[in-house]
Amino acid sequence: MTTIYEKTKGLQDTELHYCPGCAHGIVHKLIGEVLEEMDALDTAIGICPVGCAVFAGNYFSFDTIEAAHGRAPAVATAVKRTHPDQPVFTYQGDGDLASIGAAEIVHAAMRGEKFTTVFINNAIYGMTGGQMAPTTLIGQKATTAPMGRTKEQAGMPIRVAEMLSTLDGCVYAERVCVTDIPHLVKAKKAIKKAFARQMSGDGFTFVEILAACPTNWGMEIDEANKWLMENMAAYYPLGVIKDTEAM
Amino acid sequence: MKKEVILSGFGGQGVMSIGKNLVEAAVAEDLEASWVPSYGPEMRGGTANCTVIISDERIGAPLVERPSEIIAMNRAALAKFEGAVAAGGTVFVNSSIIPDKVSRTDVKAVYVPCDEIAAGLGNSKVANMVMLGAYIGATGALKQETIEAMIAEMFTGKKAKLVPLNLEALHKGMECGMPA
Amino acid sequence: MKREIWKGSEAIAEAAIRAGCRCFFGYPITPQNEIPEYMSLHMPQSGGVFVQAESELAAINMVYGAAASGVRAMTSSSSPGVSLKQEGISYMAACQLPAVVVNVMRGGPGLGSIQPAQGDYFQATRGGGNGDYRTVTLAPANIQEAVDLTQEAFDIADQYRNPVVLLADGLIGQMMEPIVWKERTPRQLPEKIWAASGRRGRDHTNFITSLLIDAPACEAHNLELAKKTAEMEKNECRWEEIMLDGAEVVIVAYGTPSRVAQTAAENLRKQGVKAGVFRPITLWPYPYARLKEIAALDTTRVFLDVEMSLGQMLDDVNLAVAERKPVRFYGRCGGSIPHVSEVEQAALEAWKEVK
Repeated sequence: MTTIYEKTKGLQDTELHYCPGCAHGIVHKLIGEVLEEMDALDTAIGICPVGCAVFAGNYFSFDTIEAAHGRAPAVATAVKRTHPDQPVFTYQGDGDLASIGAAEIVHAAMRGEKFTTVFINNAIYGMTGGQMAPTTLIGQKATTAPMGRTKEQAGMPIRVAEMLSTLDGCVYAERVCVTDIPHLVKAKKAIKKAFARQMSGDGFTFVEILAACPTNWGMEIDEANKWLMENMAAYYPLGVIKDTEAM
Repeated sequence: MKKEVILSGFGGQGVMSIGKNLVEAAVAEDLEASWVPSYGPEMRGGTANCTVIISDERIGAPLVERPSEIIAMNRAALAKFEGAVAAGGTVFVNSSIIPDKVSRTDVKAVYVPCDEIAAGLGNSKVANMVMLGAYIGATGALKQETIEAMIAEMFTGKKAKLVPLNLEALHKGMECGMPA
Repeated sequence: MKREIWKGSEAIAEAAIRAGCRCFFGYPITPQNEIPEYMSLHMPQSGGVFVQAESELAAINMVYGAAASGVRAMTSSSSPGVSLKQEGISYMAACQLPAVVVNVMRGGPGLGSIQPAQGDYFQATRGGGNGDYRTVTLAPANIQEAVDLTQEAFDIADQYRNPVVLLADGLIGQMMEPIVWKERTPRQLPEKIWAASGRRGRDHTNFITSLLIDAPACEAHNLELAKKTAEMEKNECRWEEIMLDGAEVVIVAYGTPSRVAQTAAENLRKQGVKAGVFRPITLWPYPYARLKEIAALDTTRVFLDVEMSLGQMLDDVNLAVAERKPVRFYGRCGGSIPHVSEVEQAALEAWKEVK
């Protein structure tokens, strides 16, 4: 018999707790595959967020550290600087990274810390039950924006990849999504490139992944992915935002 | 033996550094010593002061209410600390800058024209070393040889040429401090 | 051994490097800036890592990262900054991570003053952050002790896998005194097999986390931590007794006020009043047992607790003395340092009251 598909060794053989249609499991797999292909499962150190991916350390098959809410880039700074030859990444959601951890991510990027951040942007607080995130779109409903987010009340959503791209320390930033196979392939390529640039010692690398949260958006999976492409991708354009190698 | 000194003057007059010199010399003589700076907003531009204690026993409180001596390098320093000196103590006055006389009669006053002597030696920066000399001369708290050895250690390499100048400043100061 | 003159803050920094601290993360705040300044030059020179963090929060979480990956790390700050660090301290206690946190205390609450104070006693000795945990809290009263305790702090942290707080006041940080660099024998410490530093052939992953979402698991974890707490209480208590022989007035003080108290006691003895000083060196664990014994002595008549706060250690003194003898209090706060004459007066009044 020929093996046509094998689960990555980058993940442990355990069941994930994520909801149906959630992107976390897919992105975990992509990271696991990339690190396996880099032969880095024995050296990689991942920094997990507070949010739905708080248990990511139970799924990855390499060492992980659970950071306080928003502080993953500070934790990763110390881990990478004390383990400069090992791949280090933070895995963070939009509440964690763009709200409570805004200072940490900006300054890690400013310092050009040589780790990778994988940013899951699903425009909502998942774990706490659907509250408004800094990336929640105008008009999008959340439990703390019951009539939909308004510019007057909450300001305009933040485009993190673009913001970090203004910093010289950030050498690579790309926005991707994992709604279908072609996009998923691109997403994996982006993650792989980010890790490669990290290991070359170029600087801070960033991959933003637009992700659906059918549960908290109150949608079916297909509907959620459609909504993502029509609304989120319109406000948060997909593609390479910054690549100093291409400049 | 216990000496409790408050040294005070403008920032840049070198009061903190001669305070440190006292501690260094005391340690060289196997004594206990402590140095506490005033710190805070007054550090910037205003009066700088430090408290130095030299003792042959373990030092308790590192700050003093009634110093045995005060060294006043400017007018504000004299005004601020004259009242604090313990009866029978000594007030060292940089008479080049301070026109006032010590008003108390229960303390000894030593007037040292630090800046004039330093100018006479061709370098205004050694005014503080003149005052250190006066303190040593008047109190005998530390040995002359200790201070001289310390000066020799302080200026090495390119700065070694400053040793004779500082020694001279020390000696001139000691003459001012010695009881007539 | 050669005596060298060191400023408190710089001596603490150098002591940390000599103790094998490989990382320093800090954020500027007066009166402890000499620590990060010293570290910025000397830590890289000794092959270590220095980062000026964007905030105290980031700094303590960098310490968390270094500690989680098995590296000796330290941060320092002063009172308001240490409040911000409580998040990371709680997480480190929860994750059983060793680290040293230096607090050079200044006047509070809030932004307060930049002068020496001891208003962070409760915060340091009662955990400080959320949850059930304690941190060994070391309180130096001179620069030699600051050096010795800083080095010891790293060993204590590693032995118990718990953060250790060096609680100094602004005066200790700013003053200069002679010290000697003693030859020290490091403790026998366990290997950091728990560290998330890359598997490197290990057959399992190390996942450093403090999230135990099921209550029974979280309770069991707390009970494990409590065993460690009990061990620290048993093994790490330190204090000094100064002129306590036959003392009728026992002044209890730590840090700078203990030195003021010592001079006051000397003066009182000259006046025929038998005074002495009980100086806790560890504020947690607190030397309750010894203080209790002293309270039970027939010679002991009254206690005077002296602090640069409005009475925080006073709670511990009262717990130890447990009404066996009267306890009086004298404190200055907000950055003011008690004068010898004030302490002398307060002790004299306490003594006359019970005579």
